[in-house]
Amino acid sequence: MSGHSHVRNGLPVILIAGWVCLACAIRAQEPSPGALPPAIQTMIDTTAPIAEPVVLRIAPPALLAAVDAPNDAGKAIDLSWTVSPDDRVDGGVTAYRVYRSKEEGNGFVRIAELAAGTVAYSDRVQQEDSAEEEAPPPDAAAPAVPTADESHPFEIGVPYYYRVAAVDTTGYEAFSATAGPVRSIPQWYHSGKTPVLVLVLVFFVLVVVLIQMAKIRGADMYIRPIAGISEIDNAIGRATEMGRPILYVMGLGAPEEIATIASYTILARVARKTAEYRTNLLVPCNEPIVMTIAQETVKNAYMEAGHPDLYSDNMVFFVTSMQFAYVAAVNGLMLRERTATNCYFGKFYAESLLLSEAGNIAGSIQVAGTDEVAQLPFFVTTCDYTLIGEELYAASAYLGRDPLLLGALKAQDYIKAIVMLVIFLGVILISFGNEIILNLVTVNL
Amino acid sequence: MDKAQLIAIIWNTIAAFFTISVFSFMYKDNFMYKIAESIVVGISAGYFTVLLVWTSLRPKFWEPIVNDHNYWYLIPGLLGLLMYFRFSPTLGWLARYPLALYIGIGSGIAIPLQLQTFVLTQVKATILPIHVMVDNRINPEGINNFLIVVFVITALIYFFFSLDHKGIVGRSATFGIWIIMIGFGASFGYTVMARVSLLIGRIQFLMSDWLPIVK
Repeated sequence: MSGHSHVRNGLPVILIAGWVCLACAIRAQEPSPGALPPAIQTMIDTTAPIAEPVVLRIAPPALLAAVDAPNDAGKAIDLSWTVSPDDRVDGGVTAYRVYRSKEEGNGFVRIAELAAGTVAYSDRVQQEDSAEEEAPPPDAAAPAVPTADESHPFEIGVPYYYRVAAVDTTGYEAFSATAGPVRSIPQWYHSGKTPVLVLVLVFFVLVVVLIQMAKIRGADMYIRPIAGISEIDNAIGRATEMGRPILYVMGLGAPEEIATIASYTILARVARKTAEYRTNLLVPCNEPIVMTIAQETVKNAYMEAGHPDLYSDNMVFFVTSMQFAYVAAVNGLMLRERTATNCYFGKFYAESLLLSEAGNIAGSIQVAGTDEVAQLPFFVTTCDYTLIGEELYAASAYLGRDPLLLGALKAQDYIKAIVMLVIFLGVILISFGNEIILNLVTVNL
Repeated sequence: MDKAQLIAIIWNTIAAFFTISVFSFMYKDNFMYKIAESIVVGISAGYFTVLLVWTSLRPKFWEPIVNDHNYWYLIPGLLGLLMYFRFSPTLGWLARYPLALYIGIGSGIAIPLQLQTFVLTQVKATILPIHVMVDNRINPEGINNFLIVVFVITALIYFFFSLDHKGIVGRSATFGIWIIMIGFGASFGYTVMARVSLLIGRIQFLMSDWLPIVK
């Protein structure tokens, strides 16, 4: 009896103990309130910090979108999302973590951790040189502090899936839905530069049409007199009368710079005149390729003038590529050769005043032209005539009366008229709050 | 006086000699200036030759071909070699091909870039509201904007070559060139100050580093 009573007395205890054990076992199988669902846990890299026991629940970010970055060489994918509802001053979100994977369901690795409040991130190829970075992230103003994982570099053309997690103070991560797959593709056309394309096309059409008109109308096309240009011929004549050489300085510009190209044309004109008048010409060069092109230009000019025998390669010579050493040499040349006329046409920098002041002291007639705005004041003060900015480009057309150059000059005038009209209309419209013209001329890099 | 001090004095004396030699040009061309000129031209030409070999020829031609086996670089190398044909009286015309390519590509790159930076960016910067209201009151910023627009347009009219500078065009162009000259004056003054500071730097070197007159 006593045994049965023991059994009877102990049964409830056993049942209760069994129920407790069963409940514990079932509970162990269920996710804890703060833990992540198993499916999401598999997506997280095992190397990422393991979430601490959850104290505070936060909602995930929403509307995650991943798109190929526009107008680039396929080096970035732009992500955007809306912040978690708990991302506020008294909320629990401390950061956002961006995860990337090549597969939809798993293999996600953390690529960046961003400050709370961030709504965008650009996953891009890591630049070796930060100076070469093409464009800032879409939301540059956001307090983004990317901490991209260098062991998982971004690969161009690979389809990627993304997730963004809101993180709270305990490290708990509330994941957004997966976005993707997205593949970065290099673009052939930069749509942000459409205004440049339109302007180039308009200019191209104008140049072609006006060159044809110049061919038909010949030298009848009107160009207003420019004082400095007509003085070039007078200065060459003066040098001939005095029996002294002419110095032609092409500046320090690269061969392909527009001012240097304009200078070749003026040099051709000057060389033709010196060939006709049998005046000595000196062209000291700062750049080897400029020297080569200048030699060809002068040689052609002497041939066109019918005096190829007067040409010598020694007329156009290389001095040095160092700016102030070049100045020292040219200044010495001015005084020793006693040049009657000094022409400075091209791209000039700090040497402009040093050269033209030495020429002024030597008593030479000086004519200058450059599009370098900072140097124009020095030429204006020290030279007899100065071609300001675009007058340098106009000089070649004015001197040569070549239909090609005349047409190009006329096209420039039309472009200026269009620019003035655009500015006028733009100012009127923007004063009334309409930015349509402003947007039309905006280049988005 | 230790060895380092002695070396510093010797180098400072050499530098001072060249500084004074170059300054002597202000009096007239002379033997000292010619020495300084010849040395600086010779050294700079040699320096740039070595610099070109190490910053251009080796990294941009030799190493891509020899180390990376990227034989595409042979094409620009060949074009570069064509430049040397200009020394040949019969084959000199070959040198024109690389030059034509260089100028063509350079112009192609430069023209859109110039239009973008010197036309579109400037146009955008000039499109400013001339009627600015803040708290229902006219803001002086609008006057500044109006002046900027007027100055830009009149300066552009000066560079208009198809019309004679007569009548309203002539008056606008004259106003435009005045504005340009005022801008030049400001730029001139600013740069003169910078040049004077350079001169002060050299005089300080002479008076302080070389001759301990000024401490």
